[in-house]
Amino acid sequence: MNVLIDNLPDLLSGFGKTLALSAIAGVCALILGTILASFRVSPVPVFRAIGTSYVNIFRNTPLVLLFVLFIFGLPQLGITGDHLFAFAAAAMSIYTAAFVCEALRSGINSVNVGQAEAARSIGLTFQQNLSLVILPQAFRAVIPPLASVFIALVKNTAIVEAFGITEAAYQMDSLVRDHPQSIYAVFAGTAAGYIIIVFAISGAARLLERKLEVKR
Amino acid sequence: MSNVLFDAPGPKGRARQRVFGTVGVVIIVAFLGFIVYKFNQSGQFESKMWDPFVNPNVIRTLANGLLNTLIAAVFSIILALIFGAIFGSMRLSTIAPIRWIGTIVVEFFRAVPLVLLILFIFLRYAHAMQGFFDSIGVTDVMDNLGLGRSQGALASLILGLTLYNGSVLAEILRAGVNSVPTGQREAAYSIGLRPTQTLRMILAPQAIRTMLPAIVSQSVVALKDTSLGFIVAFEEFVRSGQLIAANPTLRNYIPMALILGTVYVLINYSLSKFAQYLSNRQQRKTKLSPLKDPALAAVGPGAIK
Amino acid sequence: MRTKIAAVAAIAALALAITGCGKAKDDSSNQPKVDKSVSFDAGTKMEALNKAQSIKIGVKFDQPGLGYKDPSKSGPVGFDIEIAKIVAAKLGIPADKIQWVETVSKNREPFLQNGTVDIVVASYSITDERKQIVGMAGPYYVTGQQLLVRSDDDSIKGPDDLTGKGVCSVTGSTSIKTVEEKYGATPKPFGTYSECVQALLNKTVDAVTTDGPILLGYAAQDPDKLKVVGDTFSEERYGIGFAKGDTKFCEFLSTTIKDSFKDGSWEQAFKDTLGKAKVDAPKPPTVDACA
Repeated sequence: MNVLIDNLPDLLSGFGKTLALSAIAGVCALILGTILASFRVSPVPVFRAIGTSYVNIFRNTPLVLLFVLFIFGLPQLGITGDHLFAFAAAAMSIYTAAFVCEALRSGINSVNVGQAEAARSIGLTFQQNLSLVILPQAFRAVIPPLASVFIALVKNTAIVEAFGITEAAYQMDSLVRDHPQSIYAVFAGTAAGYIIIVFAISGAARLLERKLEVKR
Repeated sequence: MSNVLFDAPGPKGRARQRVFGTVGVVIIVAFLGFIVYKFNQSGQFESKMWDPFVNPNVIRTLANGLLNTLIAAVFSIILALIFGAIFGSMRLSTIAPIRWIGTIVVEFFRAVPLVLLILFIFLRYAHAMQGFFDSIGVTDVMDNLGLGRSQGALASLILGLTLYNGSVLAEILRAGVNSVPTGQREAAYSIGLRPTQTLRMILAPQAIRTMLPAIVSQSVVALKDTSLGFIVAFEEFVRSGQLIAANPTLRNYIPMALILGTVYVLINYSLSKFAQYLSNRQQRKTKLSPLKDPALAAVGPGAIK
Repeated sequence: MRTKIAAVAAIAALALAITGCGKAKDDSSNQPKVDKSVSFDAGTKMEALNKAQSIKIGVKFDQPGLGYKDPSKSGPVGFDIEIAKIVAAKLGIPADKIQWVETVSKNREPFLQNGTVDIVVASYSITDERKQIVGMAGPYYVTGQQLLVRSDDDSIKGPDDLTGKGVCSVTGSTSIKTVEEKYGATPKPFGTYSECVQALLNKTVDAVTTDGPILLGYAAQDPDKLKVVGDTFSEERYGIGFAKGDTKFCEFLSTTIKDSFKDGSWEQAFKDTLGKAKVDAPKPPTVDACA
């Protein structure tokens, strides 16, 4: 247990990086994912095809491979210098966006078909239908799956411990190296950090969900 | 749903769609063209970047990597199904302490990053698991196949994947059972079946069908996650590719990533299509709607409660 | 057009990968002499290995000059590999009966403990902490931590210039700890040294640090782009790892190392491998006594 207290600053700075990476990648993935989701339900067939291909490609590729492609591949295209954090964030955003897109689409699909039909029957266009009728209702249904996507994102950041970023998993790795006898305490402490983050996200999601609950 | 969002377009609408479509295609083609231009400029299409892929030793390294990936994935999925069945039933138990244990275990393994879990298992238990693998003969089989003897790593990877995916599958099982109409459970109780009998004979068989697509989707997740074996130097597909690309005379990371990515997408896309097929068949057969993609419906504590 | 054909061929070849097989020729020249008539006391590890006519040796696959495996060739090459072959030869086991197992820094102890490998010859420094978990014979080579930088970078001449620089080493290694805590470098951990070198070439990091010969091996592969700078700032004593507690095996390994110093096979091994990286053959170190 002393190991954790003595090395708390390192561990906390590690979690700081974990959170920073998660936050940046989370926001980018949300923006990109929303654009992709609107592509996937768009009336223009080409846009639908683009959205579908994107999701099928990036949802089926391991994140590790994307890290390899971004961190070792991009510099070969002339983008040299210390961009580890940006590359890692980009790889995570592009990967996570596919899941955000699917979460949003499933939310849109959860809205009663009658709502869309009613909206159309009073003459609303696709954009109006989506922004005024469907999305406000979809938003609530989207919160739980979206929270899951963000939880997965935070957990996935642990991979970058082997891609140049000294985040929480790296701190665990070096603590085990320096204090092999305290491996249980080190693992439990690091795991606890992640569990706190995960429960904070799901707690916030539940709070938001309750706030947006519509009384019918 | 998506097709009820808008009316079938008229002549004007179709014209507008064509304009949007063309603009969209132009932007995408321009973007892809830029990437291809950059690739070409930096010599990614030079034959020396691609030649290694016809070298028999390179191909064998990659094939072994892919085989290692598939072995890890298949073992993990089978074990995860067993783990999921046990802990999923525990979470559904009518006895509170059993339910609590199930909840704690499942929530814990879903909240801890898989990388952390695999690393910990490897650093602490590689020894014990190697002994186990030796005693059941897996080591010799792997060795005879020419896949190496790094089973401390393989076992750690399989155990980590089992604990995580098993916990997700436990949640899928719980959601599946809960999706069976309550009348079924009540009817079972009324004819005198015990709770375990009800689960085994009435609820689970019906739930299995709604769960199948979600289980297949989770298999895709497990297959992708075998790539985390790189953290313990298990020579799976991505790592074997990286070893080749690290060759100082090659440094062909981009061609390597493109080829590996294509293989992963082909395998996982077929699995996803299979899940979709199961889902469609399922919808025709029963009134129960299939569970959503587990990545969306069942991951993360509190996501489905 | 040619590139296109190559690409298509590559994909086609990949599709055939499952049926793919083939073996590159082992072209190493100076094989140590295998003593066929050798015999050992009954019940010893040496006897068991000799009888089995096979030994599992943990080596690195990603350290040019020391232990490196070109994926397009069949066996690994390097100084550690030659030392391993000398040991095997003394056991009466020819080089082609050695099973090479890739180890990375993190899994050497578990592999020895669980018998995945019989010995480890993988730039494995003798330390008191390790001696508590595994047995270590040697050293067969004494070196130290150094720095690898880009040839055109004159800002780093030694460890004192590392403050605030991004320095790469393998996640969980001791060398990354030293530069972080003693010299104020920013650690950039990667999974393997080759990834570190790639990151250095990409200017993602400013220096790579680990034991000198490993870095020299990389510098020799890319002499116009990379160079090793500064003196060694630690002492690393490479030993042969084995399962803890086998004193007879330790004595055998120590004798083998000492013999290799005397009969010239050690120097030959050095010349064939690290010597090619323009490293002067050092004086053979003094081998520790087996406790």
